[in-house]
Amino acid sequence: MKLRTLTTVVAAVLMLAACNSKPKPQAAAAAASSPPPAAAPVAPRGPAPDSIEYFNTVVGNMVHFDFDKYDVTAADQSILRGQAQWLNQYPARTVTIEGHCDERGTREYNLGLGDRRANAVKAYLVSLGVNASRIKTISYGKERPLCVVSAEDCWSKNRRGVSTVQ
Amino acid sequence: MFEDLKLSSLPRRRLLSAAATGALGAAAYAAGARAEVRIDITRGRVEPMPIAIPSFPGTTPESTQVGKDAAAVITADLERSGLFRPLDPKGFLQEMSSLDVQPRFTDWRALGAQALVQGVVEAQGTGQMRIAFRPWDVFGGQQINNGKAYGTQPENWRRVAHIIADEIYTAITGESGYFDTRVVYIAESGPQTNRLKRLAIMDQDGANHRYLTDGANLVLTPRFSPTAQEITYLSFFRNVPRVYLFNIDSGRQEVLGDFPGMSYAPRFSPDGNKVVLSAALNGNSDIYEMDLRTRSSRRLTDNPSIDTTPCYSPRGDQICFASDRGGTQQLYVMNTDGTGQQRISFGQNRARYATPVWSPRGDLIAFTRYAGNDGNFYIGVMKPDGSGERLLAQGFSVEGPTWAPNGRVLMYFAQSPNGGRVRLYSIDLTGYNQREILTPGDASDPAWSPLIP
Repeated sequence: MKLRTLTTVVAAVLMLAACNSKPKPQAAAAAASSPPPAAAPVAPRGPAPDSIEYFNTVVGNMVHFDFDKYDVTAADQSILRGQAQWLNQYPARTVTIEGHCDERGTREYNLGLGDRRANAVKAYLVSLGVNASRIKTISYGKERPLCVVSAEDCWSKNRRGVSTVQ
Repeated sequence: MFEDLKLSSLPRRRLLSAAATGALGAAAYAAGARAEVRIDITRGRVEPMPIAIPSFPGTTPESTQVGKDAAAVITADLERSGLFRPLDPKGFLQEMSSLDVQPRFTDWRALGAQALVQGVVEAQGTGQMRIAFRPWDVFGGQQINNGKAYGTQPENWRRVAHIIADEIYTAITGESGYFDTRVVYIAESGPQTNRLKRLAIMDQDGANHRYLTDGANLVLTPRFSPTAQEITYLSFFRNVPRVYLFNIDSGRQEVLGDFPGMSYAPRFSPDGNKVVLSAALNGNSDIYEMDLRTRSSRRLTDNPSIDTTPCYSPRGDQICFASDRGGTQQLYVMNTDGTGQQRISFGQNRARYATPVWSPRGDLIAFTRYAGNDGNFYIGVMKPDGSGERLLAQGFSVEGPTWAPNGRVLMYFAQSPNGGRVRLYSIDLTGYNQREILTPGDASDPAWSPLIP
């Protein structure tokens, strides 16, 4: 299971490398900076596979969107497949999907757009077999940016869907 | 007759006992005659009218202080309007020691004053004060009108001063005023990535500032009811963004409606009996109208797009809103039953239109425009049929216009780039007289109250 997840992450990294306009998701950064668990068979390091930390750092808890868009891109699909797989493996876990926007829109429209983004992520997870009753959504619009530099590089990081597992 | 009344909660008719001060001397104002002293505020840039506002003399130390403070508040109101240039009292040649003193017009003309406000504050045996004023046309040498007198508790002096400023504004411009109003807004503090947001309320001049919520929950987009006693707003209480009602005086809050998902973007109807809002279901936002008496809701739009920021016309017979059903967010108008949905904005170069707000006069819709060629945000107005678009303010991020009750001034908020300061500004419908509205800290989502009833 772990290996399959890693394969997914590597695939995601490769796809991202081909697509410079998208920000690097945390999963890619984690995969690049830490050795794969298989390389340390005696004393495996890193978070336990069923932990929230594992979900956030290895599976990847974040996907990104284009300006004023909510479609799940190919790179996002890869991350969401990993999320669905993990959620299906740990059925006691529930997830809240946050929809976020950049600052280049009005407050209320962005609440609607963030809601759309969160629900697009939810619909994709449901299509991969995650029970809808385990998934909540919430829109934060542009109220919770990750990054406050007023430039596209930063805005692209803020246009995100964040899966928070409980 | 006079009770000990709390200022904020009172209808004007209970707060004040108003009476005309009457005409004075030979230069008495002829009823019905149009004052010669007049500003036409529909013209573009107006040369501010020089006006003299001496301290209102009192009959006791306390009333003398009130008279001084009231004159200062009136002076500041009229100055901020951009239509008046109050003269420095240091240069005044005549002491207006009572309401019986006849102005020496040559002295006031010598200072360049075109208008003069004469006032008095009389302490009365009941503990009440009587605050009276009389406006003069200095060049014509006559009263502009009879003026008025207000009986009130001393602590209400500030509100009486705003009411007098409104009276003077009306006497000289022919338009109703907007100084006896309040502003509710979102006070912001802390890092942009984890911003603390609180409901706050203040008089339109920044006085009597107080916070209505403690910041425990993210709150956004407050709007006044037509009585200015209630606010509808969005709160993330228990991590569910929903529309709430908030009674300013009692502090009582209640959730509005029973929507399964997020509800947001509320506004009261002009009669105060309804709230129109957006509710989201499975990622799709549509517009609903809530009847506050029956608590029933009615769906007005049914479209797989983001339909949001609904707003009634002042007559309550139409609703404008924003929708991205055409590919980008644009403005639409419909009947209040949801029929007759019609697009009115057609942004060139992918420009989006948002946050429509109908003018209290009914003649214009204010909006936020963004994402066009230059990437700037704009505050603008257009007629309800979409014609006659005019842009009034621009910036890296300007958003969320709200009208003064006379439909002549707009307030909005502007954010500096890179998480910089967020502040409230006002601008005249002419596009002139842009002013920062001073707040203790960062501020967004202003909502201007009606004239306090």
